[in-house]
Amino acid sequence: MDLYHKDVVSITDFSKDDIEGILDMAEKMIPYARGEKIKRSLDGKILGNLFFEPSTRTKLSFESAAYRLGCDVIDVSEMSMTSMAKGETLADTIKIVDSYCDATVLRHPYEGAARLAAKFSDHPVINAGDGAGSHPTQTLLDLFTMRQSKGSLDNLNIVLVGDLKYGRTVHSLAHALNKFNMKITLVAPEGLMMPDEIISHLEANGCRPVITEYLDDAVANADVLYVTRIQRERFPDPSEYQKVAGTYRIDKALLEKAKSDMIVMHPLPRVNEIAPEVDDTPNAKYFQQAANGVPVRMALLNGLLGGEF
Amino acid sequence: MNENPIKEVRLTPIRNGTVIDHIACGQALNVIKILGINETNIGSSISIGIHVSSKALGWKDIIKIEDREIDEKKSEQIALVAPDATISIVRDFYVAKKYKVDLGEHIVGLTRCTNLNCITNKGEPVLPEFSVESKYPVQLRCCYCGKLVNNISDNLL
Ligand SMILES: Nc1ncnc2c1ncn2[C@@H]1O[C@H](COP(=O)(O)OP(=O)(O)OP(=O)(O)O)[C@@H](O)[C@H]1O
Ligand SMILES: [Mg+2]
Ligand SMILES: [Zn+2]
Repeated sequence: MDLYHKDVVSITDFSKDDIEGILDMAEKMIPYARGEKIKRSLDGKILGNLFFEPSTRTKLSFESAAYRLGCDVIDVSEMSMTSMAKGETLADTIKIVDSYCDATVLRHPYEGAARLAAKFSDHPVINAGDGAGSHPTQTLLDLFTMRQSKGSLDNLNIVLVGDLKYGRTVHSLAHALNKFNMKITLVAPEGLMMPDEIISHLEANGCRPVITEYLDDAVANADVLYVTRIQRERFPDPSEYQKVAGTYRIDKALLEKAKSDMIVMHPLPRVNEIAPEVDDTPNAKYFQQAANGVPVRMALLNGLLGGEF
Repeated sequence: MNENPIKEVRLTPIRNGTVIDHIACGQALNVIKILGINETNIGSSISIGIHVSSKALGWKDIIKIEDREIDEKKSEQIALVAPDATISIVRDFYVAKKYKVDLGEHIVGLTRCTNLNCITNKGEPVLPEFSVESKYPVQLRCCYCGKLVNNISDNLL
């Protein structure tokens, strides 16, 4: 797929080959993302960062990705002071921002905001999270990290654990995993399981996810353990939260039960679902995963804006 | 000429009006809601058959409205709750025009997205848009937020 001038709204808009192509490009970007090599392929371009919701990681990594390619970034730091607070429609805001830059990155509290923004702008729109909706660039960097560690994405055995109900990262990810024939195991406490709609979607595409509450059994054959944060607020009873948080804590004892080359991933920030003792093991990939946000977003920006590489 | 053109004998014949036949069983009252008919705005009679036996559907609902010919937008909306409905315009006891409603693959407007957090429910200058995911039962997926519409008949525009 030629990314030039495309929008990046949902991972479901991309085929398996499209995804592999983006990851190949991201691979090439690594030395540039680290600053070991320099190429200003987007010199003279301007990226608009439009974050209607707080974000540090995503926003910073887009900025870093842009600057590494010589692309300038304009943004709004205090969204509450701006147009939305004055009641302007997103459609109007996006038309104006679009006229100031060559591509817009949008994070917004409402689902479908990125699709709408894409409709009203001439230049590419990149969805950096829309409410409980999708977060496709996170999914791409997750896939990139898996491929980097495992060599290939096909037929991996992956366990998703934590809040699978509300976490948008795992929803986007589940849709993508399906394209690669992965064996998926879903581990969540009662009430936080993946929505039926997504499970049916997986099943309709030939995947038979294993659904369980027991993490110990699930990790035995896993290649990838993808952990998400369980928010305290989801539990009306604090003691219930404590119990669940304890059950799904990733520590060295749990790693003992897994294959020695199983990788542990997390979209971060973590609270205490992964014990710090895991950080120094070769299994821990979550910091590398966060770092991969830069080369993956560089690959996208370069493709969308037509940089020579 | 046939002395009695009315083959459906369960409901009173009408001279002029509309017959909506082959309505998915249980949807007649939703169709009435779509038509926006009530005692305050119609002067003629409406007959509703609920759970009537039908060769094609097993059971069906049927509605006959006197002195009103329904328009295209209404028939598009009817398709959302009764995708197999047949609309017959009756003039002087005979069927003057007859067509099947057509659900199509893509719906613009007609109903709102039931995800309250969807951008289409936030005062933006767009009509809601849906792709038809299944016909039996009708399932619509919002083209903006990606969610399925929960209760179409309660959310018609
Ligand atoms: N004058 C009328 N008053 C009331 N209903 C009528 C009248 N004329 C026709 N209908 C009804 O309108 C519908 C369409 O009429 P038509 O004669 O095409 O029926 P049909 O042969 O049963 O067709 P179908 O294959 O659609 O069931 C039927 O439900 C019929 O009973
Ligand atoms: Mg008939
Ligand atoms: Zn919606």
